[in-house]
Amino acid sequence: MTTFLGLPAVHAPAGVGHLQGSDTFPVAARRALADTQLRGNIGRATTTIRGKRAAVVAEVPDWEELREAGRALKAQTMARLPELLEQLEERVTARGGVVHWARDAAEANAIVTRLVQATGADEVVKVKSMATQEIGLNEALEAAGIAAWETDLAELIVPLGHDLPSHILVPAIHRNRAEIREIFRREMPGLGTELDPDMTDDPRVLAMTARRHLRRTFLRARVAVSGANFAVAESGTLSVVESEGNGRMCLTLPQTLITVMGIEKLVPAWQDLEVFLQLLPRSSTGERMNPYTSMWTGVTPGDGPQEFHLVLLDNGRTAVLADEVGRSALHCIRCSACLNVCPVYERTGGHAYGSVYPGPIGAILSPQLTGVKGDGVNDTLPYASSLCGACYDVCPVKIDIPSILVELRAQHVEAHDGPTAEGVAMKAAALAMTSPARWRLAQRASRLGRLLGRRGDGADRRISSLPPPLSGWTGSRDLPRPPARTFREQWAKDHR
Amino acid sequence: MRIALFVTCLADTLFPAVPRATVTVLERLGHEVVFPTGQTCCGQMHVNTGYQREALPVVRHHVDVFEPYDVVVAPSGSCVGSVRHQHAKVARRGGDEPLARRAEALAARTYELSELLVDVLGVEDVGASYPHRVTYHPTCHSLRMLGVGDKPLRLLRQVRGMNLVELPAADSCCGFGGTFALKNADTSTAMLADKMRHVVGTGAEVCTAGDSSCLMHIGGGLSRLQAGVRTVHLAEILASTDDPGAPAAGVSVPAGLVR
Repeated sequence: MTTFLGLPAVHAPAGVGHLQGSDTFPVAARRALADTQLRGNIGRATTTIRGKRAAVVAEVPDWEELREAGRALKAQTMARLPELLEQLEERVTARGGVVHWARDAAEANAIVTRLVQATGADEVVKVKSMATQEIGLNEALEAAGIAAWETDLAELIVPLGHDLPSHILVPAIHRNRAEIREIFRREMPGLGTELDPDMTDDPRVLAMTARRHLRRTFLRARVAVSGANFAVAESGTLSVVESEGNGRMCLTLPQTLITVMGIEKLVPAWQDLEVFLQLLPRSSTGERMNPYTSMWTGVTPGDGPQEFHLVLLDNGRTAVLADEVGRSALHCIRCSACLNVCPVYERTGGHAYGSVYPGPIGAILSPQLTGVKGDGVNDTLPYASSLCGACYDVCPVKIDIPSILVELRAQHVEAHDGPTAEGVAMKAAALAMTSPARWRLAQRASRLGRLLGRRGDGADRRISSLPPPLSGWTGSRDLPRPPARTFREQWAKDHR
Repeated sequence: MRIALFVTCLADTLFPAVPRATVTVLERLGHEVVFPTGQTCCGQMHVNTGYQREALPVVRHHVDVFEPYDVVVAPSGSCVGSVRHQHAKVARRGGDEPLARRAEALAARTYELSELLVDVLGVEDVGASYPHRVTYHPTCHSLRMLGVGDKPLRLLRQVRGMNLVELPAADSCCGFGGTFALKNADTSTAMLADKMRHVVGTGAEVCTAGDSSCLMHIGGGLSRLQAGVRTVHLAEILASTDDPGAPAAGVSVPAGLVR
């Protein structure tokens, strides 16, 4: 398989990184749904962010034009990707940076580990980054004896709680304030209790505790690892957008900076940032502007890191690019607006998706990165949606997530070898639906359901129990008893 | 106007009172309704479950049946959504460009009931009367795929005697999603639980919507819980009048009885 651009298309390898869980979505979701604390925490948090986003989006008169501009810029970038990537490499190199190309997670981890080892450091500070989560960089560094300290507050809570992230923007969204206070007390001895024995669950108190914890680390660290929100091909400029300023500490204090960036994060020109820097904060945190936008181009003598490495990561992206329908998933700017409006995500939370990319975007991105196999765990993700369309409405770059979900379902069905019970039933239904005579017969057969109407009496009978797979319905809902006559039978009678 | 009724397979088979009510409303407004008897299904279940190859002949059949008509109406946002946003895609994916063009042309004159009434026929008051406390759930496909906006509400506001109460979190999905309700039954039920909580909280006797499928889901849950709220399709409310000879939608009539 190759992309339309002639690039080789490779899927993300199994066994490295965090793009696939061990359970199918229905199994993992069932477990998550039983966690009432998680349901409450995520329900409250997503409702709050949804409201903030809606308010700040409503005040932009040209929001729809901005979305269209974002979509068009990303489509153009994807169409010119090889050329733009080479331009980026050339500009970064010209400004004193070093560019590395990583085919997959394993290569990227090896490159970063080698670069850190070359500095002699045994720890790195990290800017919150989805790409390094995706490839499992922290685990790879740990295996090489290098400690990786997350510095984003929410990203810090996750490992302290021996937990996994469950949201793109707010990785600890499934935790409430009381739980976070407990995690700090347990995992930050010397800070959580000694310095503030009366630490409450007030957000400011919690943030100040984390700040004291982090400040020591910043002043000590010699190497930082970041991701990137954007890379400008024409100038070689990298950009990180954040709220806390911890990212800027990492990007400016250490001697060495290593940035791991998915190859889709490019924009062609500096001016294009104008569009995305309006779309992103309003869509993600519901703010007009994010508090910190850091930008750097190569190395500036005497100012900031004196050594800069850029690792360009494929890890399945070229395979996504090769899919005519699915490729627009690469347009994603990781705002997480689709998670916050998704009625499925709101109930199950992010862990059920098994990937660092949860929610609607994860349901189309993760299976494409790992490959739709016909019987893989990630093959269940495109079905984790009622196709309600709320994600498409809020996406700042207009990714038609419902249509991609439907396409991936088709690819999954078509990748499956051999007949399935569902496939046989679907073929039979299609056969009935292409002939009015056969269709009438099928409808007549459905009337056998009248015999099943057990609940209620006489006229108001309902069906409350059916065998699998229909038991999935009757487990929580009744079905009406089929009527004595279909509409078409009555119509034929009336219009004889 | 001569209007072809696209009955939808679900309503034809399980909820015949809904297309009947659609005919009643349109005839009362002085239009002629015809029923193309060759029709079966739009194929949405196949498409949304991953069976696009199997859906292709179903789409072709739908286009063959309805192509001769100038205006087509269905009492379903979801089935019209499939016609408008999926049929041409299914045809193109199957390599049938001429069918895709025909499907697009047909889609352009296929309307969901509230669209036909408000946009095409220019009516908001259809002469209905329905003395009940009612809450309206905007179904996802009518709201987001078709963008019907407040058209159903504009029609409902003109219904005499009705107490229309607002549904909190109305635009949140009820959890139906076709085979999603079976494949992810637990998640679907969690979504349904929240929808039912909001419906019951309004104190309404009736929950209405423009899709029999979503109503089957919400109504099936309410029935299981004996929640004391019934589901009635928008078309049935719009068909109801003071006329003592006319049927009152949603009051206890033998299930499946077609007027």
